[in-house]
Amino acid sequence: MKRSGMQLNFAAPGQIDFNSISKKAKRFGIQLIWSLVIPVVFIAGWDMIANHLQNPVVLPTVKESLQILIHPFANLIGMGSLFSNIFVSLMRVLLGYVLAVLVAVPIGIFMGYYGPAYRLLNGFLGLFRPIPPLAWVPLVLAWFGIASMATLLGIKQGQWYVYLNNLKLSMVFIIFIGAFYPVLTSALYGVRNVRKVLIDSARVLGASEKDIFRLVLLPAAFPSIVNGMRIGLGVAWMCLVSAEMLPGSLSGVGYLITHAYTVARTDIVVAGMISIGVVGSILDFLFRALEDKKFAWQRLSR
Amino acid sequence: MQETVINIEHLSKTFTTEQGALVPALKDINLSVDLNDFICIVGPSGCGKSTLLRIIAGLEQASDGMAFYLGEEVKKTNREVGMVFQDYSLLPWRTVLDNIALGMVFSGVARNESLQVATQYLKLVGLGDFARAYPYELSGGMQQRAAIARALANNPRVLLMDEPFGALDAHTRILLQKELLRIWEQDRKTIVFVTHSVDEAIYLADKIIVMSAHPGQIKETINVTMARPRDRGNPLYGKMNARILSMLDH
Repeated sequence: MKRSGMQLNFAAPGQIDFNSISKKAKRFGIQLIWSLVIPVVFIAGWDMIANHLQNPVVLPTVKESLQILIHPFANLIGMGSLFSNIFVSLMRVLLGYVLAVLVAVPIGIFMGYYGPAYRLLNGFLGLFRPIPPLAWVPLVLAWFGIASMATLLGIKQGQWYVYLNNLKLSMVFIIFIGAFYPVLTSALYGVRNVRKVLIDSARVLGASEKDIFRLVLLPAAFPSIVNGMRIGLGVAWMCLVSAEMLPGSLSGVGYLITHAYTVARTDIVVAGMISIGVVGSILDFLFRALEDKKFAWQRLSR
Repeated sequence: MQETVINIEHLSKTFTTEQGALVPALKDINLSVDLNDFICIVGPSGCGKSTLLRIIAGLEQASDGMAFYLGEEVKKTNREVGMVFQDYSLLPWRTVLDNIALGMVFSGVARNESLQVATQYLKLVGLGDFARAYPYELSGGMQQRAAIARALANNPRVLLMDEPFGALDAHTRILLQKELLRIWEQDRKTIVFVTHSVDEAIYLADKIIVMSAHPGQIKETINVTMARPRDRGNPLYGKMNARILSMLDH
C-alpha cells in the first residue's frame, strides 16, 4: 500500500501537537532565511556599487529607488502615480490576455480533439509562432494607429472615454499575440496527450462522444490548459513595455519607464522595473496556488 | 442447450504501418463463447490477442469477417460488454467511488443510486475503506481491483479482460486471480480473459484458446476440467502447463 504518508500523520483529534508545530515553524523559518540569502546579497551588492559610482543616472542607490516604491501614489514627472500607471498597464494586459485565452483555448482544444482541424491549422499557425510580438509593431500601427477601445465602441467623451482611450488597440493586439501561442499550444497538447486507455475505458462503459469530451478529455487536459494560461499571462506581461512604447501611449508603467529614461530619472526606471517584476510574480503565484490546489492529482499520478 | 454470447467468424485484421506496409495481426479466427464461460486466450506477444479482444469490445474494426454479440454484428462499444485494461485506467481526478460510478453516470442513473451501487461493488473487491481515496493513493493491485469493480458496477453481461494483472507483482497477481474467481463464482458472468501467462490461464479458465503469432491464429482449444480452486501442485496442472508451453514454442 502506498497511501501517501502525509495524510496519515495527523495528531489525534482535539490534541494539538505543539512539538510538531514548533518543528514545522522552525523548518519554515530556516527555509525563509535560505530563500532570502540571494536577494539580500544582490541588494547589498547593488547598493555598494551605486554608492561607489555616485552617479544616479547610471545606477541609483537602493534608497533612491525605494523612495519611489514606498510612495506609490505620488505624482512622478507629471505622469501620475506609479500605482495608477501600473493599474492602467494591468488593464491593458488583462484585456489582451483575456481575448487571447478566449480565442486560443477553444481553438487549441478543437485542434487537439479533431485531427482534420489540426492538419488544417497547425502549419498556418506555426508560421506565425516564431515571429516576436515586437515585429508586429509596424503593421499593427498601420492598421490601428492610435485607435483605442473608446474609438471601437464609439465613445467620445466622459469618464469612460478616459479609461477606454487608454486601451489602445495596437497594444492589446501585441499583448494578444504574446499570450496566444503558449495558451494555444498547451490546450492543444493537453487534449492530444490524454492517455488513450482513459478514452477507451470510458467508451466501453457506454460513454457518448459528448460524455468523453466533457468528462474525460476536458478534465484530463485542464491542468495543461491552466498551465498554458499561466505562462501566457507571463508572456503578456512581458510584452507590456514594448506595447506601451507604441505611439499614442501617454501612460502605463512601460511608458513611465521609457519616459523616465529620456529625462534621466533612472530611479524611476528601476522602481518601474521592480514593480513589473513584483506584479508579474504575484500573478504567477496566484496561478500556481490554483494549480496546486485543484490539480494535485496530476502531480501525484505518476 | 448453451446460449452463444459471442461468435466470431473468419475474422482477420490487418494493420497498415506508417510506411504503408500491411501487417497481418489476426488471420481467420473462428471462436464462440457460451454464456457463463470463463475463457482464457493465451499466446506470445504479437499474436493479436489484445486486438481480438478490442474487436469484440467494439473498440476496433475487423478487416475481414465478423464478430457477433448475441447474434448482432459488433460495430461499436456496447455497455453490456465491459472491459478491464492492463494499463491503469481510472480517471485520476475522480475518487475511487466516483470512478466506479462512472458507467452509471454515462447511462444517467441518479447520483444517489449510482453511489450506492458503486459502494456495494467497492466492498465486493475489498476496497470498502478507500471510497474517498484518489487513484494515485492506491497501489497497482488496488487500482486494478477498482477497475474490475467499475466494469462490474455497470452490470455487463460479458467481461473482457486484457491482461489485467500483467503489470502486477507475482504475489499480488496470484491474490487477485483468487479474488476474481471468488467474484466470478457469485454470478458467473461470461469472461474472456487475455493473458500471456499459461499458469494464469490454467488457474482461471474453463477453456483455454492457444494462439500463435505472425499472423495471429488459433492453434488449439483446451478444456480445463480440474475442479476449482485449482491446486498448482497437482501433477495434472503441471502437465497441462508444460503441454501448452511447448505448443507456444513451435
